[in-house]
Amino acid sequence: MSSESNHNYAIEMSSVDFYYGNFRAVKDVSLQVIPRKITAIIGPSGCGKSTVIRTFNRMNDMIPGTRVTGEILFHGKNIYAPDIDPVEIRRMIGMVFQKPNPFPKSIYENIAWGARVNGYRGNMDELVWESLKQAALWDEVKDDLKKSALALSGGQQQRLCIARALAVRPEIILMDEPCSALDPIATLKIEDLMRELSENYTIIIVTHNMQQAARASDYTAFFTMDTDRAGMLVEYGETSQIFTRPRDQRTEDYITGRFG
Amino acid sequence: MSTEPIQNAAWSDPRLSITRRHRVGRWWQGFFFASTLFAILALAALLFSVADKTMGLVVIENKVAPSALSSRPLEGLSKEELISILEANLSRNRYRTINREETVDRRSRDEIYDLVIGEVVRPKVLMSYPLSQSLLRRAELEAEKAERWPEASLEFYTWLKPHFITSPMSASPELAGIRTALLGSLALIAISILFAFPIGIGAAIYLEEYADRKSWLNRIVQLNIDNLAGVPSIVYGILGLAIFVRALGNLTSGAAIGYAGDNGRTILSAGLTIGLLVLPLLIINAREAIRTVPNSLRQASYGLGATQWQTIWYHVLPAALPGILTGTILAVSRAIGETAPLIVVGAATYITSDPTGPFSKFTALPIQIYNWTTQPQEAYRNIAAAAIIVLLIALLSLNSIAILLRNRFSQRA
Repeated sequence: MSSESNHNYAIEMSSVDFYYGNFRAVKDVSLQVIPRKITAIIGPSGCGKSTVIRTFNRMNDMIPGTRVTGEILFHGKNIYAPDIDPVEIRRMIGMVFQKPNPFPKSIYENIAWGARVNGYRGNMDELVWESLKQAALWDEVKDDLKKSALALSGGQQQRLCIARALAVRPEIILMDEPCSALDPIATLKIEDLMRELSENYTIIIVTHNMQQAARASDYTAFFTMDTDRAGMLVEYGETSQIFTRPRDQRTEDYITGRFG
Repeated sequence: MSTEPIQNAAWSDPRLSITRRHRVGRWWQGFFFASTLFAILALAALLFSVADKTMGLVVIENKVAPSALSSRPLEGLSKEELISILEANLSRNRYRTINREETVDRRSRDEIYDLVIGEVVRPKVLMSYPLSQSLLRRAELEAEKAERWPEASLEFYTWLKPHFITSPMSASPELAGIRTALLGSLALIAISILFAFPIGIGAAIYLEEYADRKSWLNRIVQLNIDNLAGVPSIVYGILGLAIFVRALGNLTSGAAIGYAGDNGRTILSAGLTIGLLVLPLLIINAREAIRTVPNSLRQASYGLGATQWQTIWYHVLPAALPGILTGTILAVSRAIGETAPLIVVGAATYITSDPTGPFSKFTALPIQIYNWTTQPQEAYRNIAAAAIIVLLIALLSLNSIAILLRNRFSQRA
């Protein structure tokens, strides 16, 4: 273990600016994510929440003309350094998307594929079992592993996507509004699951739903859009503090529903 | 609550009254229906006019009546009996020539039978009538035959028969078959698809997945591909002639690998030319198919730490495959019917030997059909019609293979 202080954090943003072409979409964000906790990112539409969460695993690289300045430190290294392979980063920092997007393959293959392309050579059946178990899906699908994942319900599909992310053994799981396409019961299941997973994984979740952030997260970061339309971090702290004693007026306006 | 219609003057434009709007809708519906009906009728008329010629009554005159050769029908005779007929009725020289090509003992019974018909009986179709007339106006046709060709006989004749498909080309329409042309067409399709499919899909993948869509170079490439799909096929023929036949003649004739080809007018050159012709079609369709693959699928793959290549190979291509195969169906349909470029590249119009390899001389079904329709005798129209039916059946079979493949792949999802 290195003695550097940033190793106390799962991942750390320092003075990050993000550009789409010439437009600065996110400005000067510094954020330290605590390991094995759930960090929620909340804020009004267009404040750059999704952009920020996608900088953590370099998903924005796919969009031509985007650029990041500042540093995002993971294991003490800037993940945007030239010698870092984003493919490697994405295996260690998994992602669950807004709309469930299982592969049009069997349930088993959905889990096994990621491990296989990453060179996993262990017992695949065991890995599938363990991942589905962790994602609280095993009991529902254990008899239909060969069935198409697209036959599952929306909530099951999203838990399958979580299981799929778990199967490549990431350290951090990013969730970009994972419940926005789900009904309340499926949403609660995902929240329970997040709570269980946070014992072993660091979870960062973007959500539109403030109750969800209040219920399910340990830390909350509130973003808003500045006058130049760039997203910025307003306040970051323990969830209980953000929702009960916000320090910033803008945070208070947002969580009390006066704005947003 | 009022159930009265809105009487407000602001909503009372008579041109858009509810009855009128419905009436306009019905007019359009009628027009669309009429268009569909017209297309179906045109297709039916085409098929009828072709099928009508594939069988019917013919006026046949035999040089030697079969009854003069044997008391039994010729079809029932054994090989030895047929050989003796051949020996008895041909001149010494002709018999020796035939023997020299291949001794009669080593020829099959069917071959000998064909020789007896072709060399001794020598049937000649003096007149042929389409099927519809043969069925509806039989008495009139018999009267006409009795008046004009008293010596000949009126028989029902099927032009489209197994013998037609399995026989090679012949100088007389009664004996001509399309085996050579059919094999030539199939080989052409095989060569052109083997050549164009990987290149076309490769180009589509590059343009959709790797290239920066906004760069001016790629825009020019895109514009060119779109326009190339509309270039007249004769231009591709000239291109093929210049490149594959002339410039690369050493390779396409097989001379470079020691094959004794004398020029580049081979089935390989023709296949590559047709391949070039269908390439833009394949690229455009494959790009379209790749574009419809949802981005969420790519993101899911990248999010697991897959590389771009793994994403394309395991997710994008399988999801795009049904669409790509649809494009391939179109390409095959286009390729099988092309005539002009083959003429330019040097298809043979009269060839009796099957293609044996990439360096063979060749002919193809459309070439054969075209050639036959330019002949003066009536019987050539009949075999042209029969060949068209074979061409259509070949096309449908090739397409159904692609459709089966497509359904197989789209069901996996």
